[in-house]
Amino acid sequence: MGKRNISAREMRRIILDQSNRAHVGHIGCALSIVDIIVALYANVLRIPDPEDTDRDRFILSKGHAGLALYGALFLKGWLTEDNLNTFCGDRSLLGVHPEHALVGVDFSTGSLGHGLSMGAGAALAARLQRSARRVFVLVSDAECDTGSLWEAVMFAAHHRLSNLIVIVDLNGQQALGYTDEVLNLNPMLNRWRAFDWDAHEVDGHNVAKITETITGLETAFGPPHVLVAHTVFGKGVSYMENQIK
Amino acid sequence: MRGTFVKTLVELAERDPRILFLTGDLGYEVVEPFAEAFPDRFFNVGVAEQNMVGLAAGLAEAGFIPFLYSIVTFASMRPYEFIRNDLILHRFPVRIAAVGGGFEYGSSGATHHGMEDVGIMRVQPGITVVAPADHEQARAVLLATWDLPGPIYYRLGKDDKSIVPGLDGRFELGRAQLIREGQDLLIIAMGSIASEVVSAAAALAAKSISCAIAVVASLNPAPVDDIANILVRFPLVLTVEAHYVVGGVGSLVSEVIAERGLRCRVVRCGVKSSPDGVSGSQDYFHRAHGLSSELLVETALRALRGAKQ
Repeated sequence: MGKRNISAREMRRIILDQSNRAHVGHIGCALSIVDIIVALYANVLRIPDPEDTDRDRFILSKGHAGLALYGALFLKGWLTEDNLNTFCGDRSLLGVHPEHALVGVDFSTGSLGHGLSMGAGAALAARLQRSARRVFVLVSDAECDTGSLWEAVMFAAHHRLSNLIVIVDLNGQQALGYTDEVLNLNPMLNRWRAFDWDAHEVDGHNVAKITETITGLETAFGPPHVLVAHTVFGKGVSYMENQIK
Repeated sequence: MRGTFVKTLVELAERDPRILFLTGDLGYEVVEPFAEAFPDRFFNVGVAEQNMVGLAAGLAEAGFIPFLYSIVTFASMRPYEFIRNDLILHRFPVRIAAVGGGFEYGSSGATHHGMEDVGIMRVQPGITVVAPADHEQARAVLLATWDLPGPIYYRLGKDDKSIVPGLDGRFELGRAQLIREGQDLLIIAMGSIASEVVSAAAALAAKSISCAIAVVASLNPAPVDDIANILVRFPLVLTVEAHYVVGGVGSLVSEVIAERGLRCRVVRCGVKSSPDGVSGSQDYFHRAHGLSSELLVETALRALRGAKQ
């Protein structure tokens, strides 16, 4: 399968095309993470082969944005166009939420609050195996409502899992409203710092900045890392941006 | 059983470096043998069972075989969705050692009584579910299952001394163990309550009623053929478990009878009511729920009289 140029524009096109073809939603939350996914898959993740046991791991803990991940897998050449076009079809491995049975997906997600625990376990495993591989977990801001996420946050900090990097997609929205109106999560950065994480803020739509920030992190020792990425729900489609519906 | 389980696990861990041990801050004077033998492979993850299961998934994906330890109620219910989505869905080889099925934590109260764990685990096709009846069988269970693919739920007890007469530590996955032969009444038991059943059978024998007793320790895969083959010989079976009567061995036997079209009446002995806030010893709760040997004898006699009519 051929590798294509991993661009945000191309990924947004895939998200819109596939959502339209399959008549499936969750478009806005996928669009908000496109630039983060581009930074990871184009510049950051060390994945020589999606089945390489020592590859970096990536967990899309906000699994409902699965289409963005499928776009990346397609552009990396790990998913054929025919397979991509089975999105949400019968007997397809490409459902709304990613399944690990699909090559390129490390862990199945879909229920919020699971990915960081699995990621912390994966990071601990790398330590035990004396591997330098990293584990990246992309969580939604609303996912920070879950108690289980904070259990994993505490564990990772206590065990100094410096090879664990979390990115919070801070688009300020959740299913039924703006996050400020549901459960206030501000100040997000300080909450992570209070749990002894190395926390950074970044423009979630600046691929270069995201790349630079991640590249500058110390992953051999020290605390785990979080990038609080300020994003816009529905970014790239003017009438979707910052809309709840 | 839990002490024997951990000691056996230490033996296995000496041979296989993939074995890890995670506890949710429980197991005082139980988990130390593993922690001392393998300090780098032992993790107290704190009172955070959901995270414990998620961590185990991440570890298993990288090739480890994590064993998780907690009390039955906390091991099975707090992280149930994580067991379902992170372990079963991924088919990861994570083992949950859950201690205190039934009323083992008697005076700790209802929050610590494992009444529904076998039911909620058995309902999932993708997890092996085993409930040994004594510590010798617990060792056999672990030796038979430790490296099976997929997740496993072990329902363990605290007692490392008593044994169920006639069991002799036998276990085979997917099979039941016949521990007493008889012609008048069949009793099928799950877990350490089998000791009460053996005592009841002895008392019934003194009344010239001969009981066959089968122990079911393998709940998934269930020993449906063994159960069916012995059921065909009897018009009446008592099932006995320190568990709600729905979901455990009583339900399993009922399923077999219904699916195979067998002519056998089931009397399910177990817990039939929700907790009422009263505390007490394990023996007290067995008496309160008709699970003591004396009350099992009364139930058997009543059932036999009913069967004759």
